[in-house]
Amino acid sequence: MANSDILKICYLLGSLSFIVGLKMLSRPDSAKRGNLFAALGMTVSIAGTILFHENVNHATGEVSRIGNLLFIFGAIAIGTLTGYLSAMRVKMTAMPQMVSLFNGMGGACAALISLVEMNTHHPQEFGLRLIIFLGLMIGTVSFAGSMIAFGKLEEKIKDYGSKVQQVINNLLVFAILGLIIYISQGDSTTDSLIWVVFGASAVYGILFVMPIGGADMPVVISLLNSFTGIAAALGGFMYDNQVMLTGGILVGSAGTILTILMCKAMNRSLWNVVSGAFSASGGSGKSTEGLSISEINVTDAAILCAYSQRVTIVPGYGLAVAQAQHTCHEFEKVLESKGVEVTYAVHPVAGRMPGHMNVLLAEADVPYPKLKEMDEVNPHLPNTDVVIVIGANDVVNPAAETDPGSPIYGMPIIKANTAKNVIVMKRSMGKGYAGIENELFYDKKTRMLFGDAKASLEKLIAELKSV
Amino acid sequence: MILLSEFQGFLTSLDIWDISFILLLAVFLGIEVISNVPAILHTPLMSGANAIHGVVIIGSIIVMGHTEPDNYFALTLGFLAVVLGTLNVVGGFVVTHRMLQMFKKKK
Repeated sequence: MANSDILKICYLLGSLSFIVGLKMLSRPDSAKRGNLFAALGMTVSIAGTILFHENVNHATGEVSRIGNLLFIFGAIAIGTLTGYLSAMRVKMTAMPQMVSLFNGMGGACAALISLVEMNTHHPQEFGLRLIIFLGLMIGTVSFAGSMIAFGKLEEKIKDYGSKVQQVINNLLVFAILGLIIYISQGDSTTDSLIWVVFGASAVYGILFVMPIGGADMPVVISLLNSFTGIAAALGGFMYDNQVMLTGGILVGSAGTILTILMCKAMNRSLWNVVSGAFSASGGSGKSTEGLSISEINVTDAAILCAYSQRVTIVPGYGLAVAQAQHTCHEFEKVLESKGVEVTYAVHPVAGRMPGHMNVLLAEADVPYPKLKEMDEVNPHLPNTDVVIVIGANDVVNPAAETDPGSPIYGMPIIKANTAKNVIVMKRSMGKGYAGIENELFYDKKTRMLFGDAKASLEKLIAELKSV
Repeated sequence: MILLSEFQGFLTSLDIWDISFILLLAVFLGIEVISNVPAILHTPLMSGANAIHGVVIIGSIIVMGHTEPDNYFALTLGFLAVVLGTLNVVGGFVVTHRMLQMFKKKK
């Protein structure tokens, strides 16, 4: 069998593993095997490329195999070691940043391929040049955007945006696309303009993510994820490489759908997210001046919980930041030993990514059946004695249902305000990620328990044990 | 410059229709595969998809593998591309595995 045929089989297996892997990843019982399966297919595709890839020179019929093997293996070794160690060491709370970082690496890889291809081979055909330049643009935007998203999630970069910048952004996209079409038509004399495309795309990537609020970062990461998929697919076009094509397109389309699903969970349109409307209108919403809050001390909170029949915990990012998921699980176990029925109400966008909170609670060994989704839990809340909101804010804000002027109006929420009692654990009266006031805190049924989530929970456990 | 002539045959040799079929099928497969995903799997799924687009590493291996050993510009950028691509693949799959590992622990 010819090498090219063996390679085609490797790519076929690779493509198959991506499709089946993604499908398995979307079901809880098979997700882990799906991931391993896709990783296996990736290994086969990479090994196949190194062993069997050939370039045939059409003029001389000369066949060239993959060379520079020492460099390639060296690079793979460095990448594997760094990737493995950083992925193993990252804290589960910092997971979204990590995904963003790895996504940026893929984008940069695609951009570099285009740069090298153009500078080494100076192709002449319009189609090929267009693909190379587009790959460079999309890859660079994905890389620069992911780095900004990473910085924002690490809270090292602040939101910055204005109407003027919005206009500049849009002009910049058209300018880059115009330039790409122009230089794609030319011969190699305009090749050096590739650096302009590269620089302008990097600037665009930065400006694109800059105005988008921190709360919308998951959506942005998912969007940039599909961008990188498209950049990989363009690489597949460039080399007529089937596995890059299927893998890239698959991620491109799946990523786009996932992005839209996330927007739907927040009742926003993609355009609304991308234009940064959230952070710009952040200050609006009902004034809470003149309303007062009431506090509760740990002893009273413990007694209230201990004599309840049904307690629902609403975890938010504050719980994750305080690393309190394990303590929370212990609190739940102590309550259960007192005969209290405890469930968790997990909002689809709780944490920093959809499903992030489920990952964190799973890390703390919270039994799977205790995690209830929003739609499942809402009808039971009026019969719930105590809802304990731990470090969550926007996902329990009634303004989403009652105040059409609020920026989160229309977002589905966990209706904590319908329960008999609400205890809100918070560090201070600071606003949530969306930067708006929360009426729930001023509700007559609500008592505030200020302090670090972990410390408060530990005190509650101690109190509960003595009740 | 070995590849120059190959690229001249690019558009004629490349069967644009075959590629269009792959494109079309893959787009719909992607959509089909993602729908009906429970919210709890959104993060692992995004992370898994993130690892899969690391397939771009194959492009970097091809570009690196067919570079003249004295073209230092291409070698340097190619080397960097392979490192970054590997980071994407390995980091992506390992992070996804870690997330899913946590779901597995309890029944």
